[in-house]
This record gives sequence, structure tokens and C-alpha cells, in this order.
Amino acid sequence: MKNRISLSLRIPEPKYRPGDPPDFSGMAIPEAGSARRPESHVSANEIPDLAYTLIRVLDGDGNAVGPWNPKLDADTLRRGLRTMMLTRVYDERMYRAQRQGKTSFYMKCTGEEATSIAPAIALQPDDMCFPSYRQQGILIARNYPLIEMMCQVYSNLRDPLKGRQLPIMYSSREHGFFTISGNLGTQYCQAVGWAMASAYKGDDRIAAAWIGEGATAEGDFHHALTFASVYRAPVILNVVNNQWAISSFQGLAGGDEATFAARAIGYGLPGLRVDGNDFLAAYAATRWATERARANLGATLIEFYTYRVEGHSTSDDPSRYRPADEGKAWPLGDPIERLKTHLITLGEWSEEKHNALHKELVEHVRATGREAESFGTLGGDQKPSVKEMFEDVYKEMPWHLRRQRQQVGV
Amino acid sequence: MATMNMIQALNSAMDVMLARDPNVLVFGEDVGYFGGVFRATEGLQKKHGLTRCFDTPIGEGGIVAAAIGMGAYGLRPVVEIQFADYIYPAFDQLVSEAARLRYRSAGDYWAPLTLRTPYGGGIFGGQTHSQSPEALFTHVAGLKTVIPSTPYDAKGLLISAIEDDDPVIFLEPKRIYNGPFDGHHDRPISPWAKHKASDVPEGHYTVPLGKAAVIRAGNDLTVLAYGTMVHVAVAAAEESGIDAEVIDLRTLVPIDIDAIVGSVEKTGRCVIVHEATRTSGFGAELAALVQENCFYHLEAPIERVTGWDTPYPHAFEWDYFPGPRRIVEAMRRTMEG
Repeated sequence: MKNRISLSLRIPEPKYRPGDPPDFSGMAIPEAGSARRPESHVSANEIPDLAYTLIRVLDGDGNAVGPWNPKLDADTLRRGLRTMMLTRVYDERMYRAQRQGKTSFYMKCTGEEATSIAPAIALQPDDMCFPSYRQQGILIARNYPLIEMMCQVYSNLRDPLKGRQLPIMYSSREHGFFTISGNLGTQYCQAVGWAMASAYKGDDRIAAAWIGEGATAEGDFHHALTFASVYRAPVILNVVNNQWAISSFQGLAGGDEATFAARAIGYGLPGLRVDGNDFLAAYAATRWATERARANLGATLIEFYTYRVEGHSTSDDPSRYRPADEGKAWPLGDPIERLKTHLITLGEWSEEKHNALHKELVEHVRATGREAESFGTLGGDQKPSVKEMFEDVYKEMPWHLRRQRQQVGV
Repeated sequence: MATMNMIQALNSAMDVMLARDPNVLVFGEDVGYFGGVFRATEGLQKKHGLTRCFDTPIGEGGIVAAAIGMGAYGLRPVVEIQFADYIYPAFDQLVSEAARLRYRSAGDYWAPLTLRTPYGGGIFGGQTHSQSPEALFTHVAGLKTVIPSTPYDAKGLLISAIEDDDPVIFLEPKRIYNGPFDGHHDRPISPWAKHKASDVPEGHYTVPLGKAAVIRAGNDLTVLAYGTMVHVAVAAAEESGIDAEVIDLRTLVPIDIDAIVGSVEKTGRCVIVHEATRTSGFGAELAALVQENCFYHLEAPIERVTGWDTPYPHAFEWDYFPGPRRIVEAMRRTMEG
């Protein structure tokens, strides 16, 4: 008789739970500048190592080092810094507004600002972005008016989405920002379709999409990579690995078995694993992928390795499932602090200027917030007409919706 | 004019639209070089080029998602899902995305995609090649659902669907691709060439969405049907000797309420026929609409003749299929009521 061993079911668990002291000392963090930078027309098969390393440019002293240094001018660096600071100040204001009962829901991107803002600055303004729900930085980088964002969050009289969408589910065709779904992953293969359309038309614009590491478990992720590979679509597929999908750690999406960047390998796509808290690395990786896409060489998968400093949303309490000080122990630092240090190292910035800019941004957001609130907050009297409930379901309203609208009396 | 079966008419609609509008693309599984498992896209790739009509990976969710992205870009994708039974992997993209883009973005984005898919039974296709999932789509705000019953309508409705700026689920009754079917599976098949609706203009024309057609005029009873069941209902009416009016709904959403109300107010009796399972089927919606709008004109309870509430059974196809005998019985009960 065969000697059989009993099988056992493995349920992955994160290393640290509330009460445990978080310790990232065992985490492999390659030195800044250590990852090689191949030409962007390299065959995907030649660079599997880039899916397992960590592309980093900023070292611990604030110097930009190595082949991925994009050598940005000081104005672009300051623009990146300002956009990240403004995004954080905006988040703080709207988070407080939710706590004050002015809206139902909010989501911050604290600590992850570089993963949307660096790509947004590296892309052309008319490239098309298909965000997930934590990429408000794209809109801010593209100068979408802050007041429009606030009014959307408040579902008020001036809400550009007319009271129909959950707060933060922005949309702006004018700014190349696709309507945010809220169903995770759905935008990923849509971005591939948009990119296929651009290629079909002989356009020169490319698409970029963002997904969280947790949602890579959705079938949409596989569809997107398959279609992107098959049709060599000019699209950048970003995975924001912020370690946590609500309460589920990245290992529950399979991140302990292989990196998320390495998902690309099986599809014959280049996969870059990038320090997501390093603005310069995020910018450089995106530029590499844009060069490749614009040269008709197709898609690149970029994993931004970062950390979700705050809760998933205002409805979440992360202290129930992870150590409260885990974010502080995160070894890749804060993207704003790191870019600030770099600019100071270059002699292009100072603590005084930084503090003054922060103060200016706080005041700007406060003033804009007051103006937004003058158009109402959620639950108040100032909101779009109930008529809007029935508009835009179809291009032209069919009889049954007209009849239902009459029943509401509007 | 040319004599066309339904496949040829659908092919002609896509051919016309590919020629007229460079933003129209046709794609799906086996759709390109091979021309589709039912041949609906035969010759289109050769005539219009590789990038206008092409094959896709086997991933319905990806097909529809890509079409949505193309729609957001400004194209008018026409996708084929090989069988309606295979549509479920794309359900989230249809329900949560295509149907809602315009609404949730306040008109910023929309998905002018047409999804063609063969549906329905009568071909011994078993559980996975016979389903009628129309009610899953009529229940979704933002989608239009269209079902032709003749070659002439198939072409005109498909062109309307492609030109429409809303997402359209275009369900093709595959049992009648090659000829109308009266429900008598044991009798010889009649080709479309013998039917007047096989006279199809070769060029561009439309049949409007949202408009039903009276297929057989009558005064005593109204039969509401669509797809294959239109022909079965007409046969049942002939066999029953009842002066029944048969209405082909053609579009389920938005439904042509005026055509329904006008007929039922005249006849006072209504029988609803569909192949799909009964519970929460589209017939339930039709029965509700008729009683809401025509209650005081009704002389008898509304009857539904439908598929049974089981998965589509292979060996029991003709016990499951709502054939002329069951329809005639329902019509007689309704006349006696």
C-alpha cells in the first residue's frame, strides 16, 4: 500500500497583526541605482529580472542615482512636489469634511501620491487615463479644478456628476480621466480597448490604467494582459501594490508567490517593479513604458511598490487588522519627504520654502472648500434637481422613464 | 432587393456599416478569417481588412471591456458573443459598465456598442447552446434589448443598433437563421426564400428600435411574441381558428407600449409567448404592463406560454419548447375565460 501523507490547506496570513511590532528589516530593498535600465525597445523576454528587483532612483541622502535617473529639471521636480502636497492637503480637508458629516464617503491616497502623479506628469496631457479609485492625483496633476472635485464629493448643486455617483468617483473627459467605476478591475481591459482604438486610428495617444494589487485577482486583469499582449496595445498597465486591500494583505492576491510585476512575464510583456514612494523612479518607469508604447512595441506592466498609510476609506478602521504603527515602520519612506529632500540636496528648495508652500496650499484648499460648500453639502437643500435622476440613462429618455419621472412629480 | 436568409441579412448589415463608417469594427471569437461559427461575418475581413473584422481571444469579459474602451475612444464596436449562453463572463462589463457609463459620468462617456449573440433553442444545443437570457438584460437600466424575427428586420434593426449611441444587446434567434420555424419540429424545414421578409434591400436602411410590428392582424386575442416564437405563434393562430393578432415586439427595451395597449384594448385577451424560463421571465413584465395599462379592457386572465423553469434539457427539447400545441391550448383557455 502506498504511503500517503495527509494534505493540509494553507490560508496565507500577514506577518503582523494588531499588537505585533512591525519589522521590515527582512524585506529585500535593492540599493537605489542598482537596477539596470535596458533600452525601451528590448524584448520582454530579456528583462525578467526587472520584475523582481526594485527600480529606485532616490537614495537615502536624497541623491538621484543610477541609470533610471530621469534627470528632470528643477521646475518639473517642484511641480511634482507641489502636486503631491496639494493632493495630500486636499485629502486631509475632504477626510475631515466626511467626519463632519458633509459627505458620506471619502478615500485618501496618503503615501501613494507618487504612483498617480509621477505617471500623470510623465504622460502627455492628452493620453487617456483609466484610474481605479485612489488616483485623484491624476486629476490634480492635470489641473482639473479642485472645486469640481469637492462639489462631486458633496453631491451638491455644482456636482459635475449631478448627484449620481459615490463621492470620489470622478469623471472628466476633458482631462482624459475615465469615469471611475467602483467595481474593481473593470477599467483595466477597457484601457486596452481604448489603446487598441488609438492604434487602429493611427493616433499617437496612448492609454494608462491603474489597478490595486488586490484586484489583480479579478478576471479583468487576465483579460487586460491577454488582450494587451495579443494586440500589442499601446497601454501602460499600472499595479499599485499598497500592501492592503481593505483588510486583506497582498499575499491574499498571490503576492508572496511572485511579484505583481512578474505577472507580466507569462504574457510576454515587460514587467517593471518600481519603488512607488520614489517620484523619480515612478516617473522614469512610466517614461520608459511610454517610449515603448509610442514606438508601437505595446504594453508594459508596472508594479508600484508602496504602502497604504491610511484606512481603505472613511468606512474602514485599519487598527482592527494591522499594527497601528506599520505605516511608520514602512522602510521606503514618504514620497513627499523624499522628493523634498532631493530638491533641497540639489539646492533648489528649502525648509522655509516648503513650509510656505504648505501654508499656501492649505489656504488655497480652505478657500476653495468654502466656495464649494457655498453650493451645498450632502444632505442639505442645495443639490441637483431630482430630474437628473432620470437623465442620461439613455441618450434619449424612453417613455417608461418619462412616465416614472412624472410619478416623482418633476 | 435580394433574397437573404437571416445570416445573410445580418452579414449585409455589418458589410454596409463597415463600408459607411470607418469607426465601425466587428470582432469576436472565430469572427475574422473563419467568418463566425454561424457564418454571420463571412467575407467581411477579406473585404474590409484585418483591422476592421478580427478574431479575439476566448474571453467574453475582455471582448466587451475592449469594446467599451473603444466606444469611449469614439468607435462603434460590433461584437459577437458566440452563443448567448457564453455571455455571463461579460455580465459585469455589460451591467456595471456599458449600461452605466453615460449615467455615472453625466454624459461624459458612453458605450455605443452592439453585442450580437445567437440565442434560443430548437437546435439540440443542450444547456449551453440554447438559452434565452433576454430578461437578464431587460432588467438592466441603460441597456437596450433587440430581437429580430425576419431577415428584413434583422438587417434594419442591426443597422439601427449599430448607429445607436446606447449599448444594444442584439439577440439573434438561431433556430430561424436559415428559415422560419413554426414549432413543428417533425415537419420539413421551410427556407427563408419562400417568406416575403426574405426580400432585403442590399443597401442601407433601418428598422427603428422601440417599434413593434403586427405580423398577423386579428380582433379576438392578442399574442405577444418575439424571435422564433413569432413564427410559432402565427402557426398556432392559424391552427386554432381564433382571430388572433400576433405582435412581434422586436425591441424589448424600450418596449412599444402603444402597440401592446392598442391591440389588447381591441381584443381584450392576451397570451404571452417566450422560450425563456417562466419565473421572472420577460413575460412577467409584459403581463404586468398589460394589466397596468389595459385592466378594464381585459375579458380573461393573461396567459403565459414559456419554457419550463429548468435548465435547457437536451433530450427533452420538444417537451421543453413552447410549441404550437401549448400555445393553442392557452389561446383556447383565454377565449373561454
